[in-house]
Order: sequence, then C-alpha cells, then structure tokens
Amino acid sequence: MYDKLFPPKKLVLPNGKTIAERRSRFPLAVILFLAALYVSLQFTGFDPQTIVKRWQQFFVIIQAMIPPNWSYTPAIIKPLLDTLKMSLLGSILGSLTAIPVAFLASSNILKSKLVHGLAKVFLTILRTMPTLVTALVATFIFGLGTLAGTVAIYAFTLAYVGKLLYEQIENTDMKAFEAMESLGMNRLQAFRYAIFPQILPNYLSTALFCFEGNVRYAAILGYVGAGGIGLLLNEGLGWRDYASVGMILLILVLTVFIIEQISEHFRKRFI
Amino acid sequence: MDKIENYLHASERKTPYTVMMSLIVVVLIGWSFTTIQLQNVEKSGWTIASSILSGIVQPDLGLLFTFTKQGVPYLFVETIAIAFLGTILGALLAIPLSFLSASNVVPKPVAWLTRLFLIFIRTVPALVYGLMFIRVTGPGPFAGVLTISLVSIGMLAKLFVDAIEDLDTKILESMTSIGCTTFEKIRFGIVPQLVSFFLSITIYRFDMNLREAAILGLVGAGGIGAPLIFAMNSYRWNEVGSILIGLVLLILVVELISNRWRQQLVRG
Repeated sequence: MYDKLFPPKKLVLPNGKTIAERRSRFPLAVILFLAALYVSLQFTGFDPQTIVKRWQQFFVIIQAMIPPNWSYTPAIIKPLLDTLKMSLLGSILGSLTAIPVAFLASSNILKSKLVHGLAKVFLTILRTMPTLVTALVATFIFGLGTLAGTVAIYAFTLAYVGKLLYEQIENTDMKAFEAMESLGMNRLQAFRYAIFPQILPNYLSTALFCFEGNVRYAAILGYVGAGGIGLLLNEGLGWRDYASVGMILLILVLTVFIIEQISEHFRKRFI
Repeated sequence: MDKIENYLHASERKTPYTVMMSLIVVVLIGWSFTTIQLQNVEKSGWTIASSILSGIVQPDLGLLFTFTKQGVPYLFVETIAIAFLGTILGALLAIPLSFLSASNVVPKPVAWLTRLFLIFIRTVPALVYGLMFIRVTGPGPFAGVLTISLVSIGMLAKLFVDAIEDLDTKILESMTSIGCTTFEKIRFGIVPQLVSFFLSITIYRFDMNLREAAILGLVGAGGIGAPLIFAMNSYRWNEVGSILIGLVLLILVVELISNRWRQQLVRG
C-alpha cells in the first residue's frame, strides 16, 4: 500500500543492474505519532499552564511528610510483616503452581494442541488482569484481610512465572529429552531429568525477581482492603496525616531496597 | 566408569550450604503461613464467586457498545490516552536521569545518588502519586497522565542505564581518530546505538502503563478504573463482566502489537 503511493526509488548499480530502494517509513510514523499525541492531548485535557501555575501544590504533601512521624514506627511493623508474608507466601505458592501449568502450556512436550492452547489462554487472561482488580475480586470472595491479598499475588505470580517458564521450556535443548524417551522413560520422568535441570536456574531467578516486584505491589493491595501496609497508607491519606504516611513510605522504601539487594545477590549466583 | 565416578566425587560438595538454605526457606514458608486468617471467609463467598462468573459470562453488551462519555469505548480511549501521554512524558524525563546515573558517563558518587533517588521514586505506590497530583490538577485524566509519567521514570531510567552502560566505546574512539566533532560523535556514534533500545523499552513500558492507568481510577485520576469500582461496590456483576472483558481484550491487542513492533525494532 505504502509502496504504491510512494514508488520505490530506482538505483542503477555500476554493473548495470537496477534495484529498488523502498522509501523510508519514517515520515508516516511521525505523522501517526503526532496524530496520536494530538488526540491524547484532547482526551486528557492536558494543560501545561496548570502545571506552571500550581506545581507547588505537589510539594505541599511532601513538605507535610517531612519530618516523618517517628513515633508511628511501632504501629507499622506488624502490617509491614503482614505485607512481606503475603508476598512471600503468594510468590512461593504461585511459582510452585507455575511448574505444572507451564508443563501443560509448552508445545514441545505435550503434542495435544487443545491442552497447551487452553493453558496458554488461561495464563494470558490471568496475566492481563491488573493485580489490584484481582485483589478487589478476591476481597469479595474471601473477605477482607490478608487472604485476599495473598490470592491476588498468587494469581499474578502464577501467570508471570508461568509465562516465562513455558517460553524457556519451549526454547530448551530437546535432544536430551528425546534420548530419555527412547530409553523408555515416560514424558514426566524425561521432563524431570532432561528439561528441569536446564530451566532450574532461570526459573529460580524469575521467581525471585517476581517476589521483588510483589513486595511493591502488595504494599498497595491494602487500598482495596486486602490487608498489609496499604491499609495504614489508605488510613493516613484519608485522614491527611501525612507525617505518618511519610514514615510508612520511608520504611517501605528501606524494606524494598534491602529485599532487592538480597534477591540480586542470589540471582547473580543462580545464573 | 571409574573415571566418571572419580570426577563426580571430586566435584565440590555444597551440602551444608544447601541444607542451610533449604532450612531458611522452609522456616520462611512456615512463618508466612501465619498470616492466613480463615475466619474472615464467609459462606457468601461462594455465591458471590458464582455471580461474578455468571456476570462475566453474560456481560452487559449494551455498555460495551455505547459511544457516549459513560460508555466503555470512550473510557478505554481515555485510558489509552493517559497511558500514551504518560509514557512519552516519563521517557522524556527518564533520559537525562539515566545519563546522570550511568557510571561510564558521570562520576561514581553522582551516579550512586541518582540511583538512590530513582529507587525512591520507584517504590512509592502509584496511588500516592495520584493523590498528590489531584491536588495540582483536580480529579480527572490529567492527574492520571502526570502520575503515570512519574511512575514510569523509575523503571525506564533503570533499563535505559543498562543500554547506556553497554555502549560500544570503540566506535567513539575511531570517530575521534578520524577527527569528528563532539556533535558528530553524539549524532552518528551514540544515538544510532541507543535509539532502537530506548524505543523498545518505551513501548514495553507503555504496555505496563496501560495496566497502571486502568487502576488509577480508584483515586479519581480518570480512565476505566472508576466505573469498574463503582460497578463492583454496587454488585452489578454484568457491568463488571463487560468492563473486564474489554480490559483484557484491550491489553491483549496492545501487547500483541507492541511485541511485533519491538521485534522489528530489535532486528533493525
């Protein structure tokens, strides 16, 4: 289509052959980009003047957070541990469940198109649901509290680790698997001894990485009543007690930083 | 056979380490189980679960195809617009920050400080930023755009830094040796190496921002989130079903397109 509107440039090479150089797509991309930009600006009511006039308002809350309310720390510790437990349990259970699901979803191990197609669709739908929405649905089913948060984190971890895992399984070296099958092992045994050792380091690293992110996600789950430190955050924001909010955020940043360092240390060892 | 066995025994034994690690993991699992409280689970959970399922199976099709400001299509376009503008703003802000935190561009202490700052930005939950920006702009999609841009900076800058630190400096040296000016070195030596990576990372982040934008409605920052919450809180599961189906489809389509673009970009 594009080539018909703007015919390719003809070039004559020194040896007499003519070749066609296709015109650059760059102008089209720029036009489309600008159009999208214009539409988005209209839809969101973007107004630079507001920012210029009222940007100090953004720092009003930050100023109220400094200095943080140090005496609030004891009240934070238990919800913080709840958040950590939620994300730990959800991540571990989710990564464990991801193994059988990824096994079902990988097309080089199961030949039945129906099974791995279904498993893939399941993982995709689970992955596209925003975690907060899953948590909200979970609070309706499992009641308010940490259980709902754990379920939401579990679902996200299952989908995320499951997807990366089946992609790795599909990319592994199948020769060992075939050799084991020809020795008379069944598929499960061959998977255990030929594929699993190949994917194990990557799997552990993915699971740890997911746990890292989950701590951060779990922090906001309390906003919809799914337990953990988010409950306090919601409370503090609701009552405009910004000094306490500042303390919560400070402790949260510290925790996430420590966990990131630990997990990075182990991830480097695995690979 | 003996040789193989000898090699096997000669390999380093890590048993104490493995046992310790397994023990720690088991203790952690046991500890984390203490958080599960089953007493909050009510019998009504099952009926709600089944009504959610039936709502998703029989979505409110009318809502999916009304093209007014309350209809699902309009809100989806709004959500996409929030994510799009937010990603662009975020990427523009992330570029200088990423150069400031690349250890091969600036001195170590500066890089370290910028990194600490980025970690701080990354960890504060999006909803908190949302509430802060609502003070600036008032409730609405504009606050959403600003929130998304601030939230994206952290991850974008982190990935940009990786690309910058992988820069092939040999090209720059050879350009110096043939007498290129600084501007020429940047234009023809650095930019071509980075553009495709940066674009690919930005498209990936747009993908994620779509999901973020979908929940920002919780604090009144525009997009599809607000009607979703209202529908849930008033138990109108058919509406919830139609919004969720639309959301999943939207995210899937965007993901497919962005994956194709990114593959093309990386292949060149």
